[in-house]
Amino acid sequence: MAEEELIVRGLTGVDMSLRIAGPGTRSLAFLIDWQIRLLVALALLLLAAVSQLLPGIPRGSMRALWLVAGILALLIYFLYHPVLEVLMRGRTPGKRKAGARLVTVEGATPTVGSLLMRNLFRLVDGLPGFYMVGLGCCLFTHNRVRLGDMVAGTVLVLEEADASTSLARLSEAMQKSALPPEALRLVQDVLDRWPELEEGQRTRLARGLLAKVDPKVRTEGDGALSGDALRAHLEGLLGTGSRS
Amino acid sequence: MAPDRDPDAAVWIRARAPQWQALAAETAAAPRRALATVDDALRTLRTYRILARHFASARGLLPGSYLAAALENACAALHVAIGRPPRFGRTRLVTLFRDEIPAAARSVRSTVLWIVALLVASTLAGWWLVSTYPELVSLIASDRMIDGVEHGHLWTDQVFSVVPPELLSARIFSNNVVVTLGAFCSGILLGLGAFYMISFNGLMLGGLLAFTHQHGLAHGLVRFILAHGPVELSVICLAGAAGTALGEALIRPQLDTRAESLRRRAAELGPLLVACALLLLGSGLIEGFISPNPRFSIPFRLVVGLGYWTLMLLLLSGRLIPQPKGNSVTP
Repeated sequence: MAEEELIVRGLTGVDMSLRIAGPGTRSLAFLIDWQIRLLVALALLLLAAVSQLLPGIPRGSMRALWLVAGILALLIYFLYHPVLEVLMRGRTPGKRKAGARLVTVEGATPTVGSLLMRNLFRLVDGLPGFYMVGLGCCLFTHNRVRLGDMVAGTVLVLEEADASTSLARLSEAMQKSALPPEALRLVQDVLDRWPELEEGQRTRLARGLLAKVDPKVRTEGDGALSGDALRAHLEGLLGTGSRS
Repeated sequence: MAPDRDPDAAVWIRARAPQWQALAAETAAAPRRALATVDDALRTLRTYRILARHFASARGLLPGSYLAAALENACAALHVAIGRPPRFGRTRLVTLFRDEIPAAARSVRSTVLWIVALLVASTLAGWWLVSTYPELVSLIASDRMIDGVEHGHLWTDQVFSVVPPELLSARIFSNNVVVTLGAFCSGILLGLGAFYMISFNGLMLGGLLAFTHQHGLAHGLVRFILAHGPVELSVICLAGAAGTALGEALIRPQLDTRAESLRRRAAELGPLLVACALLLLGSGLIEGFISPNPRFSIPFRLVVGLGYWTLMLLLLSGRLIPQPKGNSVTP
């Protein structure tokens, strides 16, 4: 399936596209959030249970303690999404982990009102159970939105977490290196993944890349670069010297 | 590798790379800033304008390139930061209560009348049905409630001695909020959900009144609902009207598309739901502390009920917080 995009009209008239998060990302974010709030709620109830074992607490206080713990657990469970989305400006820990955030259809941060409205419609999206209405809507709607998003005018988009970092790194490398930006980005990617790749795999990748961007380097036969020498050469191309 | 083929692009990139590195710092800082000064805001706007211009050029010179993507992502990050709504502070709160809630209430005024008519009609229908076919009461009341009334006791009599008033208030409040929000949200089903919720609540009310009347306990039920009932029923009607208005936005869109029309209407009606939730909070407290307590006399309950209802009218008409001088409430 082709990646879907939300086209946003910029303030200067230049259109930008934001990648729309599909039902998979949405479900992942929800599951992470669900586990967090369930764990916090259970921890509260556990705390109340442990307190019951402590000596010197009268029976009457225990009832009040259970009541408070129960109400707090329910509040956390039901207010987790609206409160955190408002405080974290369209994100929750689950959405952040899944690399997604909420924006308006105009690409801006949603208002408190629209975030509350979005959460209100969980009543309908959650029907008849397991968010079936919401999930069904996500599968068939234009911007992969559930009913709450439709009403609130919000869209869940994939967040480019390294928007400023990638621009900074790319421009830094462009100043120091003679390589074109596309090649620079590829070299950067290989170096970033260097520790995670297996020896044979990264040697093959690095040689293939060098053969394209720096044909003068010997990548095959006797005297071909290998291991650390390959890495050092790639770093040299970036003009950054040794990179962590 | 376009710049190799296009020397202009390579020159263009190298000339701007140092500037991008500086702008990237502002791109990272702007979304994280909690409170921006005027200088910060102007700097963010300047950065956005430069990056947007460069992105437009990069898209032409190097379409689909990593550089164009990096510039686009940086622009999008700044776009979100610039479009951030102001903090929800005191001014916003005053505007909500003084302007937005009354405006939302005015926008559903005629619908409220229809919903009240529907509630009255369904209450009468409920009364008639249970009076004519008494066995139908089992559809709207539990066996325990029916048994209690048949033995001369209202279910509301025992509640005060069994459940602490705080807990009772919390339970009633949450139940009422779910009913009210349900009446609003179900409006998305072209208004039919709200229609169903109001009709069902009316049938229940009428049926229970008729059932208690048959056993000579109607005055006890009226005494119970006197203090909290006026606002509670009004709020359910308001939420039903808001839900119907939401459905109407889908049936008869006022804007270009149904989605746009729905979005606009929901944003307009949002403040009304805030008012409903707050009113229900007060109503829940009255229902938990005053309504079930036999010590409170009927005149006292009447004063509380009418007083709270008047407060609701003041809130919905915008007279609770006076308009600043020079402004007037549009009728």
